[in-house]
Amino acid sequence: MARQTVTPEAQKERYLRAFDSLELNGATQDPSWVRALRKAAIARFKELGFPTTRRGNEEWKYTDVRPVAEAAFQILVPSAPARLGASEVERFTFGEAGWPRLVFVDGVYIGGLSSVPALSGGVRVLSLAKAMAMQDGLVEQHLGRYADYESNAFTALNTAFIHDGAFVHIPDGAILGEPIHLLFLYTAGDQEPVSHPRVLIVAGERSQATVVESHGGLSEGRYFANVVSEIVVGAGATLRYRKVQRQSDPAFHITTTQVALDRDGTFSSMNVDIGGGLVRNNLNLLMGGEGCSCTLDGVYLITGAQHVDNQVIIDHAKPYTTSRELYKGILGGRARSVFHGSIIVRKDARKVNAYQVDKNLLLSNEAEADTKPAFWIYCDDVKCGHGAACGQLDEKMLFYLRSRGIDEEEARKILIRAFVTEVIDSVKDEPLHAYIDELAMAKLQSM
Amino acid sequence: MGETKSSPLLEVRDLRASVGGVEILKGVNLQVWPGELHAIMGPNGSGKSTLANVLAGNPAFVVTAGEALFQGENFLIMRPEERARRGFFLSFQHPIEIPGVRLDNFLRSGMNAVRKSRGLGSVDVLQFNRMLREKAQAVEIDATLLARAVNEGFSGGEKKRMEILQMAVFEPMLAVLDEPDSGLDVDALRIVAEGINRLRRSESATIVITHYQRILNYVVPDKVRVFVGGRIVQSGGKELALEVEAHGYDRFEEAAKAPPASV
Repeated sequence: MARQTVTPEAQKERYLRAFDSLELNGATQDPSWVRALRKAAIARFKELGFPTTRRGNEEWKYTDVRPVAEAAFQILVPSAPARLGASEVERFTFGEAGWPRLVFVDGVYIGGLSSVPALSGGVRVLSLAKAMAMQDGLVEQHLGRYADYESNAFTALNTAFIHDGAFVHIPDGAILGEPIHLLFLYTAGDQEPVSHPRVLIVAGERSQATVVESHGGLSEGRYFANVVSEIVVGAGATLRYRKVQRQSDPAFHITTTQVALDRDGTFSSMNVDIGGGLVRNNLNLLMGGEGCSCTLDGVYLITGAQHVDNQVIIDHAKPYTTSRELYKGILGGRARSVFHGSIIVRKDARKVNAYQVDKNLLLSNEAEADTKPAFWIYCDDVKCGHGAACGQLDEKMLFYLRSRGIDEEEARKILIRAFVTEVIDSVKDEPLHAYIDELAMAKLQSM
Repeated sequence: MGETKSSPLLEVRDLRASVGGVEILKGVNLQVWPGELHAIMGPNGSGKSTLANVLAGNPAFVVTAGEALFQGENFLIMRPEERARRGFFLSFQHPIEIPGVRLDNFLRSGMNAVRKSRGLGSVDVLQFNRMLREKAQAVEIDATLLARAVNEGFSGGEKKRMEILQMAVFEPMLAVLDEPDSGLDVDALRIVAEGINRLRRSESATIVITHYQRILNYVVPDKVRVFVGGRIVQSGGKELALEVEAHGYDRFEEAAKAPPASV
């Protein structure tokens, strides 16, 4: 099927016109600060345009987003949500009975598919549209304050079209036992929709919670999900964030997760990429308080013509902050992965400890993995390091397994599985861990 | 019994093998009979480990000539897993660390593969783990190590004892132990040697490859072969080991340099 395309310039015009028509129809009842934020963001997008891989543009060097810029997407998604049965949602859940769950279709909250039990400690989990309409002071205080729409065109676009998503507030001292599941589903048919889901998580001082953000394609069609999540981790708070991506094979999935940590805050993330055709994840952390720490894990299992680009920037702005990153990928077919890990240590940020590792296992000769660590260190008293590895299965390990009677194919499976188990096992919550493990093994079977 | 006695377990004839185009094994001849314990002694770089690896089917080595029959069958055409399933076992000189693969699961997979090839059903997890723990006790291995990744972070002694444990699990017809004594202190050496002795059976055989005579104080060989320059240069009884200990390998190396006597 020949797909209609537009030039990136014409595409930009389409987004600008769509913005104007939204402003004229329906957006007027939104709070004035939201409208001001959107206007500022669309103005930036107008100037920035879509990023290109031209020389000097390091950030997008390995990921060409021209297909996103040129696809004739349906830019304005009708607000009437698609009719979905509970059974269609079921395959994206994992038996997490009792977990608070918000479900979105093409970026729009679907109350009928969601379930939020009464939560103790004043914890609030609700749609962002509702939170904005209620003139929630916290939302006004935080929304759009962290994710940078000045220089990132996709964040600018998302911010310009903010209309719905999830708002999670864990008040000071609240400890939430059950993880919160934010489930974003996407449709596609004759129309190829664009959606801009937005997530805001505010974790108060000394609070503890786990949030799962998952993205899944309901059909095998093409669409564009442009997601921005802002996460505020208060002093002494612990936030565990798990992101599971199961988009359709042709889908475009571009995300920015912006995390701001305060003193002694702890943030851990797990980023699982299984689906998607063109995937770009920006994960940016501001280590903004002494003693805060983060542990960032990632797994990408890709094959065919999949392209997955993880860009992680950790800004160690304060002393005694630590970060650890472990990303692992298994690539088959003609898949391509990019891992671009940047670590910044500011001038007075003494005793920073930062370590990043990216390892890739290539199952085919045509697969390619690019790893690019970058360090910007302006302080002497730090410990920073990185490791990278890329290659085939270890022949010595294979022989060792075979010498005990295990056939070659099984030995390969065991080693491939072991390669990702190390990362997957960092997720302790059941049944989430089992779900991720199952997804990973099913994907590996197909590679 | 008489039937098994009538043919050797292993018969190697003029075996030659190379790695990266360099010939390492230069015509090895060897017969191993049921019930025997052989010691193959030789200096570093003589090709002892290559012989062990070639017998185990390590694809890193290329056999260029000769043959090896195991229980009368052409061994060299079999894949490594097939050799293991028929009762061959190699105790590695440098056991590999495999992060992410639990030792108990790995051994159970191996055991089940062996059983399947013999038409037997899978072994029950609990039953297998109980057996594994019992055998681990015999070689003084802490049970907690069994649930850890294969050899990962194990000490040198733990790795060697783990190989003996694996041998106990598989109960092979022919075990080749490649330097089971290297890097061991006296206590660990005793544990390893006791393990080897305990596993001796009248129908199976063991080959201990070593550089030093030390382990042969605990494990008494029926036959000693001196291995120099890629082949066996001298064969004898256990007294040959003492001779090597007393005089070193120099004399044998001189002999190896000399052109082989024409036959």
